[in-house]
Amino acid sequence: MSAEYAEKEVDILVVGGGTAGPMAAIRAKEANPRLNVMLIEKANVKRSGAISMGMDGLNNAVIPGHATPEQYVREITIANDGIVNQKAILAYASNSFQMIQRLDKWGVKFEKDETGEFAVKKVHHLGNYVLPMPEGHNVKKILYRLLRKNRVDVTNRYKVTRVAVGQNHRVSGVMAVDTRTAELVFIKAKSVIICTGAAGRLGLPSSGYLFGTYENPTNAGDGYAMAYHAGAELSGIECFQINPLIKDYNGPACAYVTGPLGGYTANAHGERFIECDYWSGQMMLEFFRELEGGNGPVFLKVNHLAEETISTIENILHTNERPSRGRFHEGRGTNYRQDMIEMHISEIGLCSGHSASGIWVNERAETTIPGLYAAGDVACVPHNYMLGAFVYGEIAGLEAVKYCENMSADKTDSDFMAHESERILRPLKRKSGITPYQAEYKIRRLVNDYLQPPKVTKKMELGLRRFSEIRDDLNDLWADCPHNLLRAMEVHDILDCAEMAAVSSLYRTESRWGLYHYRVDYPEKEDDWLCHVQLYKDGEGQMACKKIPIEPYIFEPDAGDVQAYERLRIVARDML
Amino acid sequence: MATASMLVKVPVSVDADKCIASKGCTVCVDVCPLDVLVIDINNGVALMQYDECWYCTPCEVDCPTHALTVDIPYLVK
Ligand SMILES: Cc1cc2nc3c(=O)[nH]c(=O)nc-3n(C[C@H](O)[C@H](O)[C@H](O)COP(=O)(O)OP(=O)(O)OC[C@H]3O[C@@H](n4cnc5c(N)ncnc54)[C@H](O)[C@@H]3O)c2cc1C
Ligand code: SF4
Ligand code: SF4
Repeated sequence: MSAEYAEKEVDILVVGGGTAGPMAAIRAKEANPRLNVMLIEKANVKRSGAISMGMDGLNNAVIPGHATPEQYVREITIANDGIVNQKAILAYASNSFQMIQRLDKWGVKFEKDETGEFAVKKVHHLGNYVLPMPEGHNVKKILYRLLRKNRVDVTNRYKVTRVAVGQNHRVSGVMAVDTRTAELVFIKAKSVIICTGAAGRLGLPSSGYLFGTYENPTNAGDGYAMAYHAGAELSGIECFQINPLIKDYNGPACAYVTGPLGGYTANAHGERFIECDYWSGQMMLEFFRELEGGNGPVFLKVNHLAEETISTIENILHTNERPSRGRFHEGRGTNYRQDMIEMHISEIGLCSGHSASGIWVNERAETTIPGLYAAGDVACVPHNYMLGAFVYGEIAGLEAVKYCENMSADKTDSDFMAHESERILRPLKRKSGITPYQAEYKIRRLVNDYLQPPKVTKKMELGLRRFSEIRDDLNDLWADCPHNLLRAMEVHDILDCAEMAAVSSLYRTESRWGLYHYRVDYPEKEDDWLCHVQLYKDGEGQMACKKIPIEPYIFEPDAGDVQAYERLRIVARDML
Repeated sequence: MATASMLVKVPVSVDADKCIASKGCTVCVDVCPLDVLVIDINNGVALMQYDECWYCTPCEVDCPTHALTVDIPYLVK
């Protein structure tokens, strides 16, 4: 056996300390303080993940008096074009309010009205679910305090590379590498919870800057790759994430903040062209058409609003979530008072927080591997957003506690460690070669060329050919320091995600979810495809897909509401 | 296989007069999610070593002496 790695042992290992991860670790420890719970993070949990600088608001709060779980389940069923496991959505919706109350009690600041009630706004097509948090900067600080208080073992600056499955086909631990020293560790665990966020470095932003992504670029799709190699099923990978963003800056503008205050998405004439700014594939398709058509490009319009409203908007957008929005506008001389804000569509990504791509989980956050859980953007619970990450983090933490209480750790074959150590350290052992920067740039440029919707069969096939050539090149990856080794290991994840995106998109021979899966050579939505597409590693180690049926709905969506989502375009403009 | 390096202007700048890294501060290095900052041991000042920045600003906001400024990366600006 190779002696190149250290060994540790815990009960529950939470991978990724952004949003879902800290919640999973805190709630697991609260439920059973005797368990040894480790939170392992690639960056530093103090400021890691999508909510590093706070958040503009809750996009999907289900608060009594404003919305019911049933209404929410119907809305998301329609927004995700019917492809949902309603039980999983319902588990989120039923726990949404208690989680808001918990966060409120912990000190997270939500907007309230004069009477102290939550000030919920309407942005979705049908119900009211948006709860602003203009002073939401402190979320990470609060989570950090609770991690300390509950004595969670926080381990920063480690990239987890693979999840191990033991001799009894249960999860048995993970391999990780210290991103500053390149030291390896195998952490034996009874249960592992993957909370590694979106695959944010998949498409190349149009600026060409690799790290100018919509998602926090620490999230390279590691969790998708880890789950795939461990043998778990993934689902909805073909339902890409594409978002409407401030052009070049590539962050949200954000219509959820400005919408309730009177701002809206407009074309070059300053006119509305969509009924509703809620981010759905159907909305993105209309956005794309306007962008490419004669009335484009697309803008966010707030310059008709009163000075007081504009200052409120500036105050939120320039201090919270993506606070450098203000200095970007300043650099270009854009002032919300006079100018419309030029918008664009993002690079593609995989993310169930905004769309639907993720590791397959049920309403208990269980993946298809016993002991392995997933929560947050990386787990397939469509349109789950930040509150969904918190709720599913909690569910995963509590379920993992129950699982551990009557389970011993499964035994890992030492071949796994030897093989994985060799894979990780290979780029460091070379003296020269292809740099991670070059390999990453090339993969992501090809993702744009061949996978960015509208999707074309032949293009995606060519993309797969190019990706397989790059797979051979990975043997020549060279890292001159631990930091570049981290980037080299991420290149593997990015390539895996690119292949998954192509394979699952080719498998679903129809169009669905508006722009997210718009296949030019299969332009119609087909009833035969009202099913989930699961992606997995088959017996020969090849990437494969299969269909599984949708479980009978608990709440049948209303036919009239379905049409409302499909008819987003404002008719008057169409006729001009 | 031969390699070459390419120089680029980086988005983070540090005011050497204000930075107290020589007194042991490593706040910006600790918080950066992309791990692109280091302390230059020759002069005891924080430095951006890799051009891989999300212009997210925890390094600037958490710096105790306001020594660090994040600009929008040139390609994005
Ligand atoms: C710019 C932006 C704005 C948003 N605005 C809103 C909003 O207004 N309202 C809303 O409800 N939602 C919003 N969202 C969505 C919401 O933030 C996310 O859905 C949610 O935070 C995801 O949580 P997560 O835990 O899955 O991922 P994250 O919080 O991103 O955490 C993932 C963590 O995993 C770590 N990690 C990754 N790979 C590894 C590895 N291999 N080993 C160890 N650690 C690893 C990362 O460093 C990171 O800390 C926004 C997202 C973005 C990016
Ligand atoms: S802005 Fe963000 S990514 Fe850039 S150096 Fe600062 S903390 Fe790191
Ligand atoms: S946080 Fe500020 S003072 Fe501390 S090392 Fe960084 S730049 Fe210097």
